[in-house]
Amino acid sequence: MYPDDLKYSKEHEWVRMNGNIAEIGVTVFAQESLGDVVFVDLPDVGRDVAQFAKFGEIESVKAVSDLFSPVGGKIVEVNAAATDSPEVVNEEPYGTGWLIKVELADASQLHDLMDSATYQATLE
Amino acid sequence: MTISANAGDIDRRLLMDRSVTGRKAFTLPDSDVPKQNLPDSSFLRDHVELPEVSQLEVIRYFSVLSQLNFSIDTNFYPLGSCTMKYNPKINDELSNLPGLADIHPLQPDETVQGAIRLLKNLQDDLGEITGLPGVSLAPLAGAQGEYAGLLIARAYHNARNDSARTVAIIPDSAHGTNPASAAMAGLDVVTVRSDDQGNVDVENLRELTNENTAVFMLTIPSTLGLFEPNILELTKIIHDVGGLVYADGANLNALLGLVKLGDLGVDICHSNLHKTFSTPHGGGGPGSGPVMVTDELAKFLPKPVAEKTDDGYVLATPEMSVGSINGFHGSFSIAARAYAYIKALGLEGLQSVSENAIISANYIQAKLRDKYDLAADRYCMHETVLSAARQKKRGVAGLDIAKRLLDFGIHAPTMYFPMIVDEALMVEPTESESKETLDHFIAVMRQIDDEVDSEPELVHEAPHDLPVTRLDEATAARNPVLRWTAD
Amino acid sequence: MLEVIGVDSLDGLLGDIPIEHRHPKLDIDAGLSEQELSTVFGSIAAENASSSSGYISFLGAGSYSHYIPSTVRSILQRGEFVTAYTPYQPEAAQGTLQVGFEFQTIICQLTGMEVANAGMYDGPTAFAEACLMAARVTKRTKIGVLSTADRRLPDTLLAYSKYQGIEIVEISTDATEIPDDLACIGIQSPNFFGEIEDVERLTNLAHENGALSVVHVNPTALGMFKAPGEFDVDIVTAEGQPLGVPMAFGGPYVGLFACKKAHIRQMPGRIIGRTTDTKGRTGYALTLQTREQHIRRERATSNICTSTQLIGLMVTVYTATLGKQGIKDLASLCYQKAHYAASEINGLDGFSVESLGSGGTFFHEFVVTCTDSVSQINAALLDKKIIAGLDISDRSNNGMLVCVTETSSKADIDKFVQALSQIEASA
Repeated sequence: MYPDDLKYSKEHEWVRMNGNIAEIGVTVFAQESLGDVVFVDLPDVGRDVAQFAKFGEIESVKAVSDLFSPVGGKIVEVNAAATDSPEVVNEEPYGTGWLIKVELADASQLHDLMDSATYQATLE
Repeated sequence: MTISANAGDIDRRLLMDRSVTGRKAFTLPDSDVPKQNLPDSSFLRDHVELPEVSQLEVIRYFSVLSQLNFSIDTNFYPLGSCTMKYNPKINDELSNLPGLADIHPLQPDETVQGAIRLLKNLQDDLGEITGLPGVSLAPLAGAQGEYAGLLIARAYHNARNDSARTVAIIPDSAHGTNPASAAMAGLDVVTVRSDDQGNVDVENLRELTNENTAVFMLTIPSTLGLFEPNILELTKIIHDVGGLVYADGANLNALLGLVKLGDLGVDICHSNLHKTFSTPHGGGGPGSGPVMVTDELAKFLPKPVAEKTDDGYVLATPEMSVGSINGFHGSFSIAARAYAYIKALGLEGLQSVSENAIISANYIQAKLRDKYDLAADRYCMHETVLSAARQKKRGVAGLDIAKRLLDFGIHAPTMYFPMIVDEALMVEPTESESKETLDHFIAVMRQIDDEVDSEPELVHEAPHDLPVTRLDEATAARNPVLRWTAD
Repeated sequence: MLEVIGVDSLDGLLGDIPIEHRHPKLDIDAGLSEQELSTVFGSIAAENASSSSGYISFLGAGSYSHYIPSTVRSILQRGEFVTAYTPYQPEAAQGTLQVGFEFQTIICQLTGMEVANAGMYDGPTAFAEACLMAARVTKRTKIGVLSTADRRLPDTLLAYSKYQGIEIVEISTDATEIPDDLACIGIQSPNFFGEIEDVERLTNLAHENGALSVVHVNPTALGMFKAPGEFDVDIVTAEGQPLGVPMAFGGPYVGLFACKKAHIRQMPGRIIGRTTDTKGRTGYALTLQTREQHIRRERATSNICTSTQLIGLMVTVYTATLGKQGIKDLASLCYQKAHYAASEINGLDGFSVESLGSGGTFFHEFVVTCTDSVSQINAALLDKKIIAGLDISDRSNNGMLVCVTETSSKADIDKFVQALSQIEASA
């Protein structure tokens, strides 16, 4: 449910590092709370985002939530599949349901995030 | 090919799919004037793609559709905070009289003295009921009334050159229109907490008020159906910092003749004529949301305000009016219905409305509290907020219970509002219902609670017996189809 | 019941209301029986002048006299429509929802636009919301309104935008350049003076400058005049009252609102979508609700909640009744009668109708320029039970805005013309 190789933020986003690129999405808890995701509003590629700043919005039938980036940097890729078929966020939140990729500006920011066990503890 | 005889299958084809070229439902008279030149064809369209059906088909189509609805006329409708009371038919009839339905809004005042007199009398009655004598009937719905009220608050502070007033304090239990209206009025929304009794946390309010407080928006009674025991202290806190108190009057059905908002320190309020004053909901309007204010604030009211002068009745613009919030004079024929309602009830009738509304809600609360949690363990006013938290632990959510009620021909209560109550189900019976209807509702709610354990699927999959089962709202939002198209 | 609740009297339930303010004295009259109520209302109605008391009227300017077919009143008798609530439980409201879907379809068909919502409060608030939507879409704060628009449009926009950092500027109807930071040009066509604007040219001008085109139309005119959708307009609004809704001294009406599909998430108001149930049957539900106040609260596209659904039903029944041919015939009738009246009045000494020679065209409203004060003329006509056109001297010197619809017979028009000629003769 909460893979060990990922880092987590208190706003229920996860980070997977590939070299200097942070792949970011929302956790199983987030997509369960939202219900069926119907729309994802993602930013333009090339934009900068600060750590914990809002980068977009995610909507279900009955709710809307802001998306906050766990790390700061330049947005180098956004997931067209999430905007075209938002259900992938429910189906594979850690896989095909990823949202954005950020070129990390400051690697030390990863220390501000939680590991799997710590994040799960916050869900109780 | 065999045609199935299933009475439950309803033909849901749209008008365009039923159209046959050349069919007509209506004939207009021929022109009786000499033929006039048409403009250049570059201005003109060839035709409008619209239905072509017979008049019988029009009547049958809409009549069948109406039968797919729940309504007050056909079902018990305990939708909390919506006040689904009986809509007297005489009010519809009288507001449609020739001389009321066919007058133009821009006719000279002297040709519409009856209409303006009606508006003035309704203003006076609403002023009396709320204790806030400055009244404008311009707002076309509660949300517009709220917005007008906030414009008035801002105009008041601006007139005193008090430009630091930029904050609206709103309880976490508030209806969504409150913060939405505040945002439209350019105010920053600051949320004040409710305590565990469902009241506004007085200390939290004290912490949050300061010289930036423009207005405190409060629903009275609250969205939990409770009357603030500290109301006088709350309004004093706001006045002490020079702010204004705005009361959302959506729940006024609990207060008629029992207390005046103006006596409690309220400066501005709105009322929903389509709730408290029996005008029909119409499936989502039209409504009317008159705004009422103290004498001091009356000069800021939106136009028009009906006035009586020595020369007769006029529609006037207050000297520092916040302006025109819509096209004409408000929902006149809705105002006419509300006026008829008040005149028919009279003083004693109005009082008994609130008395019976309060008794009915408390009766339901008393008879269901052993099965359903209460949002607050105290007597309620005109509505009771139950929680399906206990049922949720046993595997069935408030949503499922609401849908299961539909199978019994009872419209669901308001769900998941206020947001501060877990699995909220807000039940407002109104004063219109008989004890037998209330007892039946109570019995059904108790039975559904049993079904949670004995037949949970029955509740999960509800409704079963309606024209449609649960609808796929996710697909409707992901791939919106919002109009007919030729396939 | 009090016993079950556990109190001796109602006062036991009112404990939280400060005792010194409980049971106040109210100066409200005693109640009336239905019969007495009818008498009261009869006398109120009798004090108003209208066609039912023998008056003829040539008022328009945003509210119009049209014949309402019996089908509309008949369907309005159905309590299942009248006394239902907003369709938050779609399974219990398929009637209201399917009607709303038909309404959205009709608005798209009339305006030539891709999507429409289920209705706003009225024309002017729909226009105001459209301009604010243009500001959100373009992320600009300056709104242009054409100088020929009804003042009620920018007045309502002003009330709606006062605290949102919006600036409203007037754009001349023959402008060839506009500020490059406009969110939109707001155009009324036919305009306040009855004339058709060059929507195509103005829309191109807007788009060249990165602005949207917002056009406020008269729906009856769309029975004969080109739909704004043909000109790549971005948002269309209108007052829906002419389509089967009584004038009723100004309300309730319904605002029509349609736009390009690309902007749909910024569109305010309720939207009804088609979907299926668990058995695959077609059904309808409110959709894209995350735009609205009950979910987005202070970040909603609008604070609108209760709107005008029943008026939307009237518009839907009316348009279904008139149908493809009726809408065309109705527009033609209004046009023919208005142009007849205009040319007859233009032929009188002391009155002229500029629209007749302007090279443009008008639908069913036109300005009569008089040589005397319009208020005096109107007072004299009132004595003859004629409610003449609107006095618009504040916008057009000695100007009277006259509207003629299918409800005016040739005899009515001739009576009006004759009365005008008599005034001029006695002057």
